[in-house]
Amino acid sequence: MKILELKNVSKIYGELKALADINLSVNAGDWLSIMGPSGSGKTTMINIIGCMDTPSTGSVILDGVDISKENASSLTRIRRDKIGLIFQQFHLISYLTAVENVMVAQYYHSMPDESEAMEALEKVGLKDRARHLPAQLSGGEQQRVCIARALINSPKILLGDEPTGNLDEENEGIVVDLFRRLHSEGVTIIIVTHDPEVGDVAQRKIILEHGKIIDDIDQRATFGEALKLRA
Amino acid sequence: MANNRRSMYLRMVSGSLIRRASRLITAVLAIAIGATILSGLVTIYYDIPEQLGREFRSYGANLIILPRGDSKITRETLAKLENLIGTNKLVGMAPYRYQTVKINEQPYIIAGTDLAQAEKNSPFWYIEGSWGNSDEPERVMTGHEIAQTLNLKLGDSFTIQGVKFGEQAQASRQDLSAQENQKRDSARQNFHRKLSVKGIVSTGGAEEGFIFCDIDMLDELIGSSFRADVIECSVIADANELANLSSRIEQELPELQPRAVRRLTQSQDIVLGKLQALVLLVTVVVLIITMISVYTTMTAMVAERRREIALKKALGAENKLVMGELLDEGILLGIIGGTLGVFLGFEFALQVSLNVFGRAINFQIALIPITIAVFIAITVTASIIPVRKVMEIHPAIVLKGE
Repeated sequence: MKILELKNVSKIYGELKALADINLSVNAGDWLSIMGPSGSGKTTMINIIGCMDTPSTGSVILDGVDISKENASSLTRIRRDKIGLIFQQFHLISYLTAVENVMVAQYYHSMPDESEAMEALEKVGLKDRARHLPAQLSGGEQQRVCIARALINSPKILLGDEPTGNLDEENEGIVVDLFRRLHSEGVTIIIVTHDPEVGDVAQRKIILEHGKIIDDIDQRATFGEALKLRA
Repeated sequence: MANNRRSMYLRMVSGSLIRRASRLITAVLAIAIGATILSGLVTIYYDIPEQLGREFRSYGANLIILPRGDSKITRETLAKLENLIGTNKLVGMAPYRYQTVKINEQPYIIAGTDLAQAEKNSPFWYIEGSWGNSDEPERVMTGHEIAQTLNLKLGDSFTIQGVKFGEQAQASRQDLSAQENQKRDSARQNFHRKLSVKGIVSTGGAEEGFIFCDIDMLDELIGSSFRADVIECSVIADANELANLSSRIEQELPELQPRAVRRLTQSQDIVLGKLQALVLLVTVVVLIITMISVYTTMTAMVAERRREIALKKALGAENKLVMGELLDEGILLGIIGGTLGVFLGFEFALQVSLNVFGRAINFQIALIPITIAVFIAITVTASIIPVRKVMEIHPAIVLKGE
């Protein structure tokens, strides 16, 4: 079942074409990596998928709804209900503890529930760090809080923009392993990454260049192998 | 369930304020300083009339009460008058009884008064020696002019003579010797009393030509009950209040004629009006400066928290929800700063009053809710423009970046 479909999507800034006539389908439960050099349009694409931007032309069907013509308020609502966001710089609220940071997403979505937030932290292995402030957590731990926050509202798609970009090798391994577990539980994951190793562990990898998909690689054959290698 | 939302909301707002203590202190200080000056100035503004009124009372009586026609003022009327004016408004109320006496066969005027009240009415009198009092009635005060004429110094004695109340005066006869005339003067219808100089009064005015003594002693000497010729009152009141008071006195005590001392009341009103206008102007300026300060602080706060705001929006928060949170933080800062300002402001006003007027002031309880409400209003007003910037924050742009 298709969870996401981009049809002839372009994004134009003045004379710059950040995305040019992109067509892409993602099935529910897929794990997709988006790779490409800087300025290739990766972030623009993920912003459009994440309802933080709209395409200049074309349509984006997210969970059966065309989001390309929605206004800012509707996009906020759709993002809140269907998207879980993971950032390169984690973006945790500095004055809230780990569990409170997870609860913030609940608060804006529906109803904060501390026990659920604790479960989400337990899932990412941070239950014992729940009462710590972000400044008291390592980079890897902060990213795992960010993942717990992204997951707390059971989104349709988990979107990561360079989620391992600020992590050392050890923490990168922990986060990738977490993605693997989430994928095995049926979570749809779309990740933008520069890192070939992170890109290679996905089921599918697309390569962007100058706003166009120049390669769409099915990695299912090597998927298990790559994970084993990382393990 | 709603409790969970409220609880989380409180955790976010309180966490933002408590765990960002340095920013909180800066913001609260900005508001508290404004609130301190504002509440202090407002306290002074409302206290100035009383303080200045008291200051002006140092320049002498501002209400003169005369008897109507040939009558005199009795002690009963005096008591009624005191009740009518109210002891809380009265700085001093001195009745005067004037009597012609002879010293060395020369006529002088002695004024019997309540010396303690006269001192309150006329603190500007320069007294060589000290004020007389009812405990030592024979020790009196003479005007500077009389002291010069009679060559009197402090401690010197002199004898006054006069005709008792209701008796006929007998003129000195030229065919009699001085001794014989003195003998006639010491007859039953006359009085005489040896007095001494306790103080010499210098005012630059008519008072220098009088002898001042205790009115009870004078009554006893003259041999009659209390009969005042005039009452000098020093009342804490502006021109309007004095006019109203005069009307009431005329209505309720028709035997009296009240006269406000215009030069004093008008000067008081002019100075008071100018001072109040000045304080009001400074208050408005402080209000504007405080608003600018809060605006700057809130602008800095929004700019500093762009990422947090962008994150909240990325997580699905509507603009109005984030704006509401920031405004609530502003309101909380207004409450904290305003509350601090009320008490610091009173201390500020108290110090100003003590240093300028030499008197304490009363704490106005009503200022607490008013100042807090004003500062909530100021904070909210000053926050509107910075908080509206939330709408311009684009999560995709702000959250991206190295």
